[in-house]
Amino acid sequence: MTAVAPAFAVRTGGSRQLAGTGTLLRFALRRDRSMIPLWVAINALMVLSMPGTLKGLYGTAAQRADLADQMATNSSLRAMVGPVFGESLGALTAWRIGVYAALLAAVMSLLVVVRHTRDEEESGRQELISSAMVGRRAPLTAALLTAAVANAVLALVITGGLAGQGATGALALGLGIAGVGMVFATMAAIAAQLTESARLARGLTSAVLGAAFVLRAAGDAGSSDGSSVLTWLSPIGWLENERPYAGERWWVLLLFAAAVLVQGVLAYTLAGRRDIGMSFLPTRPGPATGRLGSAGALAWRLQRGGVLGWSVGFFLAGVVYGGMTDGATDLVGDNDKAREIFQRMGGQSGLTDTFLAAMVGIMGLVAALYIVASVLRLNGEETSGRAEPVLANAVGRLRWAGGHLVIAFGGAALIMILSGLGFAVGYGKEIGPILGACLVQLPAIWVIGGLAVLLYGVLPQGAAAAWGVAGAALLIGWVGPALDLPQAVLDISPFGHLPKLPGGEMDWPPVLLLTALAAVLVAAGLTGLRRRDLST
Amino acid sequence: MTKAITVSGLHKSFGRTHALAGLDLEVEAGEVHGFLGPNGAGKSTTIRVLLGLLRADSGAAQVLGRDPWADAVELHRRVAYVPGDVTLWRNLSGGEVIDLYGRLRGGLDQARRAELIERFELDPTKKGRTYSKGNRQKVALVAAFASDVDLLILDEPTSGLDPLMEEVFQRCVEEERGRGRTILLSSHILSEVEELCDRVSIIRNGRTVESGSLSELRHLTRTSVTAELAGTPNGLAGLPGVHDLDIQGRRVRLQVETDKLDAVLRSLGESGVRSLTSTPPTLEELFLRHYQDELQEEGAR
Repeated sequence: MTAVAPAFAVRTGGSRQLAGTGTLLRFALRRDRSMIPLWVAINALMVLSMPGTLKGLYGTAAQRADLADQMATNSSLRAMVGPVFGESLGALTAWRIGVYAALLAAVMSLLVVVRHTRDEEESGRQELISSAMVGRRAPLTAALLTAAVANAVLALVITGGLAGQGATGALALGLGIAGVGMVFATMAAIAAQLTESARLARGLTSAVLGAAFVLRAAGDAGSSDGSSVLTWLSPIGWLENERPYAGERWWVLLLFAAAVLVQGVLAYTLAGRRDIGMSFLPTRPGPATGRLGSAGALAWRLQRGGVLGWSVGFFLAGVVYGGMTDGATDLVGDNDKAREIFQRMGGQSGLTDTFLAAMVGIMGLVAALYIVASVLRLNGEETSGRAEPVLANAVGRLRWAGGHLVIAFGGAALIMILSGLGFAVGYGKEIGPILGACLVQLPAIWVIGGLAVLLYGVLPQGAAAAWGVAGAALLIGWVGPALDLPQAVLDISPFGHLPKLPGGEMDWPPVLLLTALAAVLVAAGLTGLRRRDLST
Repeated sequence: MTKAITVSGLHKSFGRTHALAGLDLEVEAGEVHGFLGPNGAGKSTTIRVLLGLLRADSGAAQVLGRDPWADAVELHRRVAYVPGDVTLWRNLSGGEVIDLYGRLRGGLDQARRAELIERFELDPTKKGRTYSKGNRQKVALVAAFASDVDLLILDEPTSGLDPLMEEVFQRCVEEERGRGRTILLSSHILSEVEELCDRVSIIRNGRTVESGSLSELRHLTRTSVTAELAGTPNGLAGLPGVHDLDIQGRRVRLQVETDKLDAVLRSLGESGVRSLTSTPPTLEELFLRHYQDELQEEGAR
């Protein structure tokens, strides 16, 4: 026995803990070969297009100085985008887009890390991988390295692309954005140890990200130079305090490094103290008997969390946009070009109404994402094999799909009404017209939902294309007015046909036609669903 | 006797793959019918057609006297289904899922539900994602056995169950048969089929290749015979239907097609028999024969 024992001795520590990291990293990069480039490209495009846009808006030094003055006094706008630290195009780019590029980098990073850690464990794939020559710390390391590669590429592209505005500032902005990305990559690594489900890990990290945004917003609302404690508490606030293009403070990068280090060590420590598949926040047992008794009740049970989240988000967004309406109107009013863009978005009436109409329109565009997500739950249920046993019971396909569709189409109405109420709370005036404007968005949202139903019912393999439809509508509605695209292009999106409310004339025919179109699309999709094979 | 399931000439293709190529199946009411075939033979596709989840390209199918595609919902009130790979919702407990399925079928026998949970040693309070494969299977089994239905369609229901639970499952199937329910059991566990099934159908490449009671099927295949003779055997090799003849002195081992057994026994009797064992083919042998046919066909290609 004693002779045999050493052969089985467990070796702890040492490099074997990381065995296989390289292979896993290459594997992860291969799996993400389209996802990461897409995230990086969208993010970089957003940042790199900014100097051109700003040049059009604030072409002269006087206009830029004016903008900086305005921002110093306008706390609600500062809350949205942060304070202005310099009057060069580079500084304005960092101001205008830094926060949002950082948010995007953070979301990308948290998705990447959770996807390669908790997702793998939850699905059981990790077990197979860990049974091979793979060290205990290799999976987490490979996930973090994957996020690091993505953020490094992003930083590189931004640095290179903005170098024309000054290489030093470009480097500072690129590193800062990637720094925020890595802070949330390591945050996600911690969350992935805490929770048993990937969904919850993503939710937890997103909540921290939301809190970071709110902290910075609150800090910037209170102070015009980013010196508030609240701003310093938020990693997103560090980015603005790094001051790219405005006398860079390189030492702020140490904050990112420290946060990544501390969070990384915590994640590894937690990971070392648990078994594979287990978590520190274990799932609580559920009831031994259930009250769910219909396909509709099941659909609600599956979607209620999502509906609640979107409701809260839309209400809060309404409050925020409502609260900044007066301030934004002042700012926009002083700039001809900006006013033009808003008028293309929100119609030719009083500036306040124009601004409100533009904001309500954006809420409508985002609600299209909700309806697509909700409709595609049907596809998720079907492809995961959970729909099959349900439909093998005395449940017709129409009733099964109907439950989800009521939540999708009714939920869209609910969140739009809630955003209207949010506007009412934040702005405090014109409650009726704003609510009306929110409701007028519904026919266009429903048309997008109807297209999703049609795709799912007739071409289930291509159901994910519904995301492309919603994304295209979002792009046309958001970027179209700024680029002054011809009406023919704007008309491709159902949102282009809606009356510009509040302020504009109510125009019933397009609203009714879009509603009818949505109904036809849903009916056609359901007919397809009834006739086709269930995918197995 | 009434038929619970009649299928004739069923065709179904997915793109270029012909999953079903003229499949026939008859299940009598009240019997346990074994449904066998190698992987990819079309068992699950057939079952999905019987449940109205897939629409057949051609051919006729009737389940409990109804068209499974057109009358799916009405039919499902009287049918319970257990898939081979049960997926549950991650945030619903097993108990919730059992009750949901029961209600969606139009009722659950609460006493039977409690008894089954006890017998299968299932913890109904765990959430979907925390169950092992076997336990997920138990959730679907409890829901099916506790439902008040006429037909149970079980698609490899015991994959993942341990031998003790396998035993419980077999007991449950026998109880269901005792209540006059019809069961279509697709399975790879041949001992289970041999134990439980009144009749079996073996399919291959989307076609039914054998169907009948086990004794009927055995009749079509070879019996192995081992005999110790008083004298030297002669003439055995020339008899029709004899295979794998192996003579070692007075000891004889051979395989004979079961309907030719008589002539072999007479020939052995002429030499004087000291001892004789004759074993009917097991289901394994029946089944392997079809596998091997397939392998040979593929080898010939």
